[in-house]
Amino acid sequence: MLKELEYPFDASLILKKRRAFKRTLLADGSSRIRRKIAVLGGSTTDDVVSAAELFLLNFGIEAEFYQSEYAMFWEDGVFGNEELEAFKPDLIYICTSTVNLQFRSDPALTKEQAEEIFAAQYSRFETLWQKLERFHCPIIQNNFEQPPYALMGSMDSWDYRGLGYFVNRMNLKLAEYAQSHEGFYLLDLARTAAEYGLNEWHDRSYWFMYKYMCARLAVPNIGYKLALIVKSIYGKNRKMLALDLDNTLWGGVVGDDGVEGIAIGQETGTAQAYYELQQYVGDLKKLGVVLTVCSKNEEENAIAGLEHPEGALKPADFAVIKANWEPKDRNLLETVQGIGLLPSAIVFADDNPAEREKVRRGVPEAAVPELDEVYRYIGEISGAGYFEPVSISADDLKRSEMYRQNAQRAQLQAQTEDYGEYLASLQMHAEIAPFKPMYIQRITQLTNKSNQFNLTTRRYTQSEMEQLAQSPECVTLYGKLADKFGDNGVVSVIVGEKQGSDLNIALWLMSCRVLKRDMELAMLDELVKNAANAGISRLIGRYIPSAKNKMVKDLYPETLGFSPVSADENGVTVWELKLDNYVNKNKYIEVN
Amino acid sequence: MSEKEIYSRLEEVFSDVFDEDINLTAATTADDIEDWDSIEHINLIGAVEDEFGIRFKMGEVSGMKNVGEMVKIIASRAK
Repeated sequence: MLKELEYPFDASLILKKRRAFKRTLLADGSSRIRRKIAVLGGSTTDDVVSAAELFLLNFGIEAEFYQSEYAMFWEDGVFGNEELEAFKPDLIYICTSTVNLQFRSDPALTKEQAEEIFAAQYSRFETLWQKLERFHCPIIQNNFEQPPYALMGSMDSWDYRGLGYFVNRMNLKLAEYAQSHEGFYLLDLARTAAEYGLNEWHDRSYWFMYKYMCARLAVPNIGYKLALIVKSIYGKNRKMLALDLDNTLWGGVVGDDGVEGIAIGQETGTAQAYYELQQYVGDLKKLGVVLTVCSKNEEENAIAGLEHPEGALKPADFAVIKANWEPKDRNLLETVQGIGLLPSAIVFADDNPAEREKVRRGVPEAAVPELDEVYRYIGEISGAGYFEPVSISADDLKRSEMYRQNAQRAQLQAQTEDYGEYLASLQMHAEIAPFKPMYIQRITQLTNKSNQFNLTTRRYTQSEMEQLAQSPECVTLYGKLADKFGDNGVVSVIVGEKQGSDLNIALWLMSCRVLKRDMELAMLDELVKNAANAGISRLIGRYIPSAKNKMVKDLYPETLGFSPVSADENGVTVWELKLDNYVNKNKYIEVN
Repeated sequence: MSEKEIYSRLEEVFSDVFDEDINLTAATTADDIEDWDSIEHINLIGAVEDEFGIRFKMGEVSGMKNVGEMVKIIASRAK
């Protein structure tokens, strides 16, 4: 990775040294995916391509480009040409801009005329997109930036005779198309231009001399936005935001100033700035970003700070809280290992330049944005586009990946005649242990949404779960299951309550994602072991029927080998398993 | 700024843009540098402008016959 290509970059330097940068990147020995990108341009696109090429290399994508002849985006796309057809793009980028709209602000236009031009201009683009469907690949289309000048001033933006209005309207139509067509994405050129500054963007000498849509030094920004979308499409987004606490998520040092002394909330301008940052971080979590804490602190102080009543974040928002005095690079590596991510998933946010530098050295794969002053933190993180989504939510992306894994499993199953052989070939590993704080949130979530494989359908709050985990009167177990196709995370939960030498199984549930994998047998083996260690000699299980849990009606007798004890008129059945002479049942899952 | 200084800074810019060591004389033209095509020309002019903090006028860019003419314009405009 080249630091020079990280946001915020020096556009002049990138354009000047692009050959050297490309040479360095290609020689760095890192493995990259290769993709073919066809750029259909409405103006000169060479610099867009060479900037995007560098940013993509830095994101782990080696792209080969096709570029249409100058401004031939429409002809290439609609009528095709031999070179483009033979190129067989993996992705198409339509790099057009307001110079490609055949409309000028015109006070003499009637409403009908304006309407006609708009319809014709829009359908010109829609025809292009439809024709490009022949390539069956993602399409990225620029929306339109505001023009260099507004003939009618502000009126240009709202009157049907104005180009400003035409652009606004066109952008809405483009957005509607993107919303209703999968694999069609917009590059927000309007925002790109606004971020750069519209007057600076529209350096018309570059248009008149070289047919650039914008100033030369603005061009790498377009390449960067393109690279962000492409990397997101190909799953190269960062996935985790690791945050420092003191002077990063709140003002002050909680260990010194106390919870009441830190700046967070609405009381002062500084407190509001940190609050806005916490809100932003919380929103990233909604996008599917895994949040973690990496702070030099006593853990109880860290938790207390996060529990500040005026804060927008809570301890439970974080997948992992590492608050200790160990080096941060080590903490970060432990964190990603613990949650099954790679170091390249990390974005590390810390106000302390020394800590940032240490992490850059210790975890070179991590992204470590420069943070300056709190009111700029959000821009410094968001501008880099680490987590740029391309569909409604990152959760959906994760879900589709899960479905893909399940499909692979199903395929394997179809190829394997013997079911046991199939299970063995999955190479399953389970981690089964008493509840851990790291997993309490997931355990609670799973408990409260599992309906089918759920013997008692009892619901618990997170704090109740935390109490159960602490209670000497309970045996708790969570089960994580991974196989060669992927990690399913925490998929099973058991809570047993001691009563003399009996253990009453108050809760036994499992995610339907891992049905028929013998996970329930692995859970029983561990439950028996843990119960026996706690002096238990008999397990008591209950099946409480609900509208949705019929699939486990006979789980205790048929699958788990329990014997009947009683049944009542509501269909509640009670079962027992004596622990002497218990023989482990799980054969296919390697546990712990 | 002396002509010598301008040449030395220009050589650095040219070397960066073309990613090879380049020696310039007043007579150097696009024909002398293999990768100096019309696209690279835009980039080169831009890099020179950035280096000296100047902007060439629209007519000047197409009118420059060789590096010597470029140096003259830079000398007259750069501080």
